[in-house]
Parts: sequence; structure tokens; C-alpha cells
Amino acid sequence: MIGAAALRRRMAVRRGTGAVFLALCFAGTCIAIAVLAVLLVTVTRDGIDRLSWGFINSFPSRHPEQAGIKAALFGTLWMMGFTALFAVPLGIGAAIYLEEFAPHNWLSRVIETNINNLAGVPSIVYGILGLAVFVRAMDLGRSVLAGSLTMALLILPIIIVASREGLRAVPPSIREAAIAVGATRWQTVRFQVLPAALPAIMTGVILALSRAIGETAPLIMIGALLFVPFTPGSPLDRFTVLPIQIFNWVSRPQPEFAENAAAGIIVLLVVLLSMNALAVFLRNWFERSRRW
Amino acid sequence: MHQDVALGRLSRVRRPGPLQARLRRGREAVVYGVLLLCALVSVFTTLAIVAALLEEIWAFFDEVSLIEFFTDTQWTPLFRDQHFGVLPLLSATLLMSLGAMLVALPLGLAAAIFLSEYAPAGLRAVVKPVLEVLAGIPTVVYGYFALQFITPEIVRPLFTEAGPFNAASASIAMGIMTLPLVSSLSEDAMRAVPQTLREGAYGLGANRFEVALRVVVPAALSGIMAAAILAASRAIGETMIVTIAAGNMPNLSWNPLEGMQAMTAYIVQVSLGDTPRGTIEYSTIFAVGMLLFLLTLLLNIAAQWLLHRFREVYE
Amino acid sequence: MVKSDQQLTAPPFPLPVLSPTINSVESAQADGDLAIALRSLSAWYGSFQALRDVTMAVLRQRITAIIGPSGCGKSTLIRCLNRMNDLIPGFRLTGQVLFDGQDIYSKRVDPVDVRRRIGMVFQKPNPFPKSIYENAAFGPRINGYVGNLDEIVERALLLAALWDEVKDKDKLHKSALTLSGGQQQRLCIARALAVEPEVILMDEPCSALDPVATLKIEDLMRELAQNYTIVIVTHNMQQAARVADSTAVLMMNEDRAGELIEYGPTREVFTNPKEKRTEDYITGRFG
Repeated sequence: MIGAAALRRRMAVRRGTGAVFLALCFAGTCIAIAVLAVLLVTVTRDGIDRLSWGFINSFPSRHPEQAGIKAALFGTLWMMGFTALFAVPLGIGAAIYLEEFAPHNWLSRVIETNINNLAGVPSIVYGILGLAVFVRAMDLGRSVLAGSLTMALLILPIIIVASREGLRAVPPSIREAAIAVGATRWQTVRFQVLPAALPAIMTGVILALSRAIGETAPLIMIGALLFVPFTPGSPLDRFTVLPIQIFNWVSRPQPEFAENAAAGIIVLLVVLLSMNALAVFLRNWFERSRRW
Repeated sequence: MHQDVALGRLSRVRRPGPLQARLRRGREAVVYGVLLLCALVSVFTTLAIVAALLEEIWAFFDEVSLIEFFTDTQWTPLFRDQHFGVLPLLSATLLMSLGAMLVALPLGLAAAIFLSEYAPAGLRAVVKPVLEVLAGIPTVVYGYFALQFITPEIVRPLFTEAGPFNAASASIAMGIMTLPLVSSLSEDAMRAVPQTLREGAYGLGANRFEVALRVVVPAALSGIMAAAILAASRAIGETMIVTIAAGNMPNLSWNPLEGMQAMTAYIVQVSLGDTPRGTIEYSTIFAVGMLLFLLTLLLNIAAQWLLHRFREVYE
Repeated sequence: MVKSDQQLTAPPFPLPVLSPTINSVESAQADGDLAIALRSLSAWYGSFQALRDVTMAVLRQRITAIIGPSGCGKSTLIRCLNRMNDLIPGFRLTGQVLFDGQDIYSKRVDPVDVRRRIGMVFQKPNPFPKSIYENAAFGPRINGYVGNLDEIVERALLLAALWDEVKDKDKLHKSALTLSGGQQQRLCIARALAVEPEVILMDEPCSALDPVATLKIEDLMRELAQNYTIVIVTHNMQQAARVADSTAVLMMNEDRAGELIEYGPTREVFTNPKEKRTEDYITGRFG
């Protein structure tokens, strides 16, 4: 038996521990958010003075105050275009196969396990793959095309996973309704399931592409150039991208280049955050308009 | 009701014939094949990764024995006096990933518990997207942050002996980078714990803290462990942060205030230089890459297995 | 509890006067009135047997109701009639489903053709998240029908008694999800009618509707039965009694597989069941 006083004391201790624990959890969350704020403030503080039209519209230069990100911006645009061209149809196709067509057999299991594992392969290993297969074996050289193909494989698992979730969110009753009026499986997917899942899929695609825009390591592997004083004119041209340009500046000792890096980061973050915002907006709009 | 129509069947339209039916079946088969090919691309990718790594790796292990690779304590392939001991790279990678976990796990778990057990829905709706932004920041930006902020503003003022490139800064930055992964996967796991379990504990007089720590966390443990393993795997494979912030000197040391070179950073270093193809220096990146691939693959398989077990219990 | 004979044989609701005289496969075939014949149909989901040895006939241009307690395999049975169960992994069946004398499960038959000729309406209204017009037009469109699509849509909506409510050009191109539940279900019927099926299967079509909408659908069914063969699954015995010409009663046996325990003209099934279990079920003492 416990006395009333002891019980009260124990209750107080329990309440105290609970409060401390909540405070710790809250503090952890706050630290995470604070770090984000500090990061954004630091980068802005370091780079905002350097940001100008001249910076955006200039080629890189040995003189930090004349250097700009024009080549990198164009390279990023070229690469993203081709990456999307390869990755989006492949990813959505694979997702449709796995969600709507795949029989329950060993092959489907192999494909699924494989996609899960691919999602965890470090990006630099994709770079090694790109170097060996696209740059060397297929002889595409250190081109936009080689970079885009590498990047497409890198974001493929992300697109597949997001598209599958989108397809799974379409209720089975829609499929039944289509099948019951004599639609084939493909007609069901093509005319009913896919249109209904498209907003969710697009959200995933945007997030996947934003991941690709920020990737650096695989492109260093396939040899995207650190110093490119031109914009690509064809998919077989050499190129650079924004993160690589930033990396180039970061790795130089002069503080003026660090300032350039910060300015480049601001541009990169503005692009990425607006893509994120677009994705969030799409997702919310989609969830509000869905009424099945 | 229009009697004339209502009483009759629809009969003015013509039905498709057998030819159309055959065309339809043919089209269906073609579509199936194309979609299957799309799905198989991922399998080909894995095969290509393994093939690409293996192709060059033979050349490397022709000259360097596995024993030397794993026991020599020096890694100097780019110097005159070549040594091929991967230990300095491996230990740097593991040390920095461990450091990253020391940052990411407590903070990530705290955030996950807060979001799953305490935060009102409105606050969750704000905090979660913010954490997602943290996950979406490119690693090269974290590298900049580590080099230009964490090192000069935090690490060096606290530890004067720390160099401009040091493992600690890279660890902290990687910890921040993997934090959202830990928090969102752990939160998913905790939210999957059935409400009835919580109610049962409340019924026995437990308070929120006791329910969170004694009931929810243990019940979600395998999911949380999977999150931790995935985060560690991400840190091991992380390239830009360690390349920018931790330096490029292979260094077998446990002192996080020293500069050291991770496996990924070494691969970057070689590919930035003009190492000709076919040389042993060139093949080293494939040997290191293979080790990296196997290490992360192992961790991923472990995480998948844990997640699978977790889902079997609760879904 | 003991009940008098009088109580046992008088169900608490009115019965239709109409009743077919045919209730076996053989006699129906002889009369050429047979739409679908089931022979020894058994069905499994994985290792679980859902149906055992069901043999029954569905008469042309009549309404056939399938009733029984929940979980007895009613839905499985009706979904066997247009091969909807093909979509469920692990499903298999033995026996035959003869439609116009041909087994729809034979290797030479394309299930897509079967479903075009045997349409289906589901438990919950499931219009596509598209316009009313697009819902009705979908079937004809994908099946490559030639003809004026507007006309087909209009006629299908007329047949489903929905036209008057949606014939406005604006309304017709509004999302189907803006319709009420009952209207949505009639739209689903129109969608099925637009492909000109010969048989319409209805799987508890009114279970999600209010009584007024339910009555409207029942009226519609009687109307349609003049030209179409209708099979309806219902858990509502009054509904079966109100609309069906013949009624089949399904029940679980000891190992939970559904069995057909009674089948005949609705009036007979309800007033003079052959089986004790039917009687118990109808009088509400079971299920």
C-alpha cells in the first residue's frame, strides 16, 4: 500500500516528467525549424548583394564580380526538359503496370523489391552508372543527353512511387464502372483512372524533378563541366547546371566566390521552393476538388 | 416520360464487328508489353549498376588484393607511393554518418513524437510542410551551409583546434539533412499504431508522456528503426556535404575536428581530375563505389525488412 | 417459439400478381425464354469457397431477384454473370454460365464482349468524376459504336428516366457528382443502357438510397423489364417481393459456402416456400 502523500508526490513527479518530455519534443521541432530559418537567412545575407540581372545573364568568369549563372541556368533547363521527357512516361508507365496490370507473381515481386532498393542507391552510384553506360558505352560523351538519362534513372523510383500512390487513391468502383460497360483494362486506365489520378501524379512528378534540379554528384561523375562559358545548343553539347556552378564557386578559396555561391543558391532555392509550393498547391486543390 | 422511347430498346446504333474486337485485343497486348517494359527499366537499371561496377572492378582487384584493400591503413592511389587501404575512407564515412545520426535521431524523433502525439492538427499542417522543405534543400546548399556557417560560427568558436575542413561540421549538416526523413517516417509509424492501444493505456491511468514513450514508441519501434537505418544509409551515400565541408585528405582518425575524406568525396575527387581510363587510379572509384553500393544496399534491405514486419503487425 | 401455419405463410408485405410458370433450366430452354443458365456453379476466393453448386435459370425480360442473408454469396453470384470477378486475384470457378447457349467462361469468349452484352449497376452509385454527358457516352465511345452520340446519350437518359432532370445543356455538361444519390444511380443505369446490353445486373442498387429514390428505381426496373432481362441482388425482401418475377434464395451452408436453397416464382417463394430455412428467413427468424 502507498500512502496518500506518497501517491501525491508520485503524481507530481509523473506530471513533471511529462511536462519536461513535452518541452523536449517541442524544442526538437523548434530546432529543426530554426535551422531552416538560419540557413535561409545566412544564404540571403551572404548572397543578396551579388544578385542582379548581370549575375543571372553572365557566363562564368575568372573574375568573381563578372561571373554569372547564364550557362548554368540554361544547362539546368535543357537537362530538366530531357530528364522529364524520359522519366515521366517511363515512371507513369511502370506505375500503371504495377498497380493496374501486374499479375501476382515472382516477376512483379522482383520489380517491386527492386524499385524499393533503387530508391536507396546513393546518387553518386547513379553517376558511376551514367559514366559507364551513357558516357562511355553508348558514347554520348559528357553531354546534356547523358546527364538527362542518368538523372532520369535517378528520379524514376520517386516518380513510380508517387504515381502508384496517385493511382491507388482512385477508388476501385471507378474501375468496376468502366469494366462493366465493356471497357478493356487499358481503356479503363486511359480514360478513367489516369485522368482521375493525374493531379496526384503531377505533384509527385514536380517533386521528383525538383530533386533532380538540386542533384550535383551524379553530374560531376559524368563530367558536367565546372567551367562552361556557353549555353548548350543541342542535346549532345557539353553543359553545366546550377548546383555544379555553385559547387565550383564554393570550392574556391576567395571569399568573393563564396558570395557568388550564395547568390547562386538563392536562385536555386527560389526555383525549388516555387516548385514545392506549386506541388503543395496542386495537392491541396486536388484534395479539395475530389469528391468520390 | 416519353413513351415512344421508353418502351423501345436503343437500336439505331451498329455494334462493332469481330475485326474491331481483334484489333482491340491486339492493342491491349501491345499496351501490356510496353507497360511491362517500363516497369522492367528499373530492373535493367540495377543490372546495369552492378555490371558497370563489376566491369572495372576486376582490373582493380587484379593488382590489389582484398586483404590489402581492407587492412592497409593508407589510401594514396593518387600519389607516387600508392597504397590502397580503404579503411581511412570507410572510417571517415562511418564516423560522419554516426555523427549525423547523433543529430538527426534525437531531433527527428522529438519532432515525430511531438507531431504524432502532441501537436494539434493546425500546427501539424504548418510544421510538416516546413520539415518537407528541409528535405528538399539540395545537398550542395547544405555543403555551403556547413562550410560557411557551421564551421566558422559554431564548431570553431567552440573547439579552437578544429580546422576549416572538419568532420563535425559535415556531420551536423548531414544530420539536419536526414532529420526530415527520420521525423516523417517515424511519425508515419507512430500514427499507424492503433488508437485502441493508446486508449487502453489511458484507461489504466497513464498520462500522455507515458503513453507516448511506453506504448506508442515501443509499438512503432520497428518502423522507427527502419527510419533510422534509411537515414544512416542516406548519410553514407551523401556526397556534396562531405566533399565541401570535410576536406579531401584521407585520414584514419576518430577525431571529428580533423578533416577527412569520405568514400563519396574520394570518388568526386577522382572524377574531377583528369585520371585516364584504364589506369588503376581510375578503377579505384569503381572499387570504392561497389563498397558504397553494397553498404547502402544492405542497410536498405534491412530497413525494408523491418518496415515489412511493421506493416504485417498493424496493417 | 411456435407459430401458427397462418403466420408462417403470410409475409408482411404485398406480392406481385405476376409470376412466371417456368422455374427449371430444362423447361425454360424448351420455351426459348431462357436468358442465362447456371449449371453447377461453384466459386472460390483463394481457398475459401464462396458458392457451391448453384444451378438456376434467368428468364428473358423478367426480373430475377437473388436474396439471402449477408455473406451468403449473392454478390459473388451476380458478379459471375458478367465475369466481373475476373478482376479479383485468386478467384476461380467451376461449372458453366450459359448465355444464349454459350458458356461465357469458355476460352474463346472475350470477357469484354460479355460485359458489353451484360451490363451492371453497383451497390453505391459510382459515376465517373466527369460530366453527365460523358458518363453516358463513355460506353458507346470506347466500344466503337457508330451513330449519333448525342442521340444515344439522350435515349439512354430517357430510358433511365433521368432526361427530364438533366436535359438542360448546362446541366448535361455539369459534373455527375453534382447529382443526388438517386439521380446518380439512375445515371449509372443510363450508362449501362447506353451500350445496349441484353441483360442488366443490379447489385443492391438501392442500398445507398432513400425510400423515395428507391421507389423511383423500382418503377424504372419494372419499366425496363419490358425490354431487358434484369437480375437484382437485394438484402431487402420487400423489394424482391415488389419487383421480382422470380426469386432465388441463397444461404450459407456449414462451411460458409453459399448454396441455392430455393428458387421459383416470387409469389411461391414468399407464400409457400419449400424449404424450412427459406421460411425462417422470410419471416425474419434468421439472417
